[in-house]
Amino acid sequence: MASARRPSLWRQDRTAYLFLLPWLLGFFCLTLGPMVYSFYLSLTKFNLLNSPRWLGLQNYVQIFTDDASFLQSLKITFQYVLLSVPLRLIFALLVAMALNKGIRALGIYRTVYYIPSLLGGSVAIAIVWKKIFDGDGLFNHFLATFGIEGPAWIANPLYVLYTIVTLSVWQFGSAMVIFLAGLKQIPADLYEASEVDGAGKVRQFFRITLPLLSPVLFFNLVMSIINSFQVFTPGYVIGDGRGGPIDSTLFYTLYLYLKGFSFFDMGYASALAWIMLAIIGAFTALVFVTSKYWVFYGDGKEERG
Amino acid sequence: MNQAASVLRIGRHAVIIAIGILMLYPVLWLLSSSFKPNTLIFSDTSLWPKEVTLSNYITGWKGLQGISFARFFANSAQISILSVLGNVITCSLAAYAFARLEFRFKKVWFSLMLVTIMLPYHVTLVPQYILYNKFEWINTYLPLIVPKWLAHDSFFILLMVQFIRGLPKELDESAVIDGCSQSQIYFRIIGPLLVPALITTAIFTFIWSWDDFFSQMIYLNKVQLFTVQLGIRSLFDPSGESNWGALLAMSVLSLLPIMTIFLSFQKYFLDGIATTGLK
Repeated sequence: MASARRPSLWRQDRTAYLFLLPWLLGFFCLTLGPMVYSFYLSLTKFNLLNSPRWLGLQNYVQIFTDDASFLQSLKITFQYVLLSVPLRLIFALLVAMALNKGIRALGIYRTVYYIPSLLGGSVAIAIVWKKIFDGDGLFNHFLATFGIEGPAWIANPLYVLYTIVTLSVWQFGSAMVIFLAGLKQIPADLYEASEVDGAGKVRQFFRITLPLLSPVLFFNLVMSIINSFQVFTPGYVIGDGRGGPIDSTLFYTLYLYLKGFSFFDMGYASALAWIMLAIIGAFTALVFVTSKYWVFYGDGKEERG
Repeated sequence: MNQAASVLRIGRHAVIIAIGILMLYPVLWLLSSSFKPNTLIFSDTSLWPKEVTLSNYITGWKGLQGISFARFFANSAQISILSVLGNVITCSLAAYAFARLEFRFKKVWFSLMLVTIMLPYHVTLVPQYILYNKFEWINTYLPLIVPKWLAHDSFFILLMVQFIRGLPKELDESAVIDGCSQSQIYFRIIGPLLVPALITTAIFTFIWSWDDFFSQMIYLNKVQLFTVQLGIRSLFDPSGESNWGALLAMSVLSLLPIMTIFLSFQKYFLDGIATTGLK
């Protein structure tokens, strides 16, 4: 062991790999292995009891040509993502800007606005939501005081998705906290200088705030898209757990869950999962590719990675 | 001029407070309704109950099929605490290696780690289920806990990598000169300085495991193993026959641990969120 004092490359490697061992085990056993197996399963019919039967591309063909539920779940999920992501981020940004103007007791507001994001993922809040937007729920009582007769928001397939969207928009707090931290990094003298030049508030927003905030916006956008595609609990609890009424809460993840864990069609569920990965990947890639036109990294101080 | 400015300021405050009340309203409604007698929950819409009762808490606590919520809380606590320990230990080990050690294929592993952050859970869901089924881990807590001991939430690795990169490298260099081994540096130097990131990780992990309804539903189907989330979902009958009082009371209790942790560590927590976004 003459090399003890001057660690050889091998020794250095060994130490590092020991630190990395749990993650490596997890990566191979819980990520890479399952991914390979999942892809194989997506080409088979498998119900957990009998061994997988090879189908080739048949699952995929069926999904794309002969599966109305797939199209419906895709439609519901797209509607949800395209509505909730922009609304949540716009709210988050507006409130963050309002809070950033040297308001006293900022800490309290920040806490209060964050609480919905903290609790919103739980079964408890989904149940509260269902009760508030029920036909005879709190929201319609509130509308009734203005003489408006509200519909049965939850039981009506036309509206139930919007109540789930409001639940997600209500949770704008976590994005807001990130925006707030970003706003704090914008030097105040930039605004002062532009005021001297006679720039108005709107111009300041588009010329200073938005460009300097764009890396943060980028981060929030990517995370929001990825998370929104995977939403499960609110739809499951607010709907009836099977996608009703009339498939209006059949989120993609719910459809995948039903195929895999109610009908035990593990091959089909795996194929659905791969299509989901492709869709999320495409959206994320789109944001990444367009980001070079709208994300502005200042003077290169912020190194990536 | 001055007057106009102060009117504007008061107006802005009013809007911010109004939004704040709107934000908290559902939570306050839940809290107040849980103390109302069942007959008044939907007829009495005011936040201040006309009649206060604890009976919802008493009937709710009895739970399901003779198993009380005390058991569900103990189950959730066990899962969450073991998950926290696993994440804090294994993610910090990996983060230390990525941030401070040199080794072959480091770049490859690091990029793969980054990719896994974006990977939807569902792609590995079915094979993982099959694997756990083969191990006979269904209806045990192992599927919920073991991944945390294998640093499966790469998000926290990245969080800690970023944090460690912000610590001065001279610290470890002088420790090496003093004859410290890598594990001594990790335990004695990086470890103590990493505490804020460890706390952030611990709080996030606790809350996420406490709330993680999907995995709990898939892997647990015996009532005595149920967690708080599963207990509440089972009290809740979507067809409308639920005992709403009991359901709301248990919902309040289910949110209490999360609120308590958040309010005691909110500075770490909110700053933690802010820094994950900014890096």
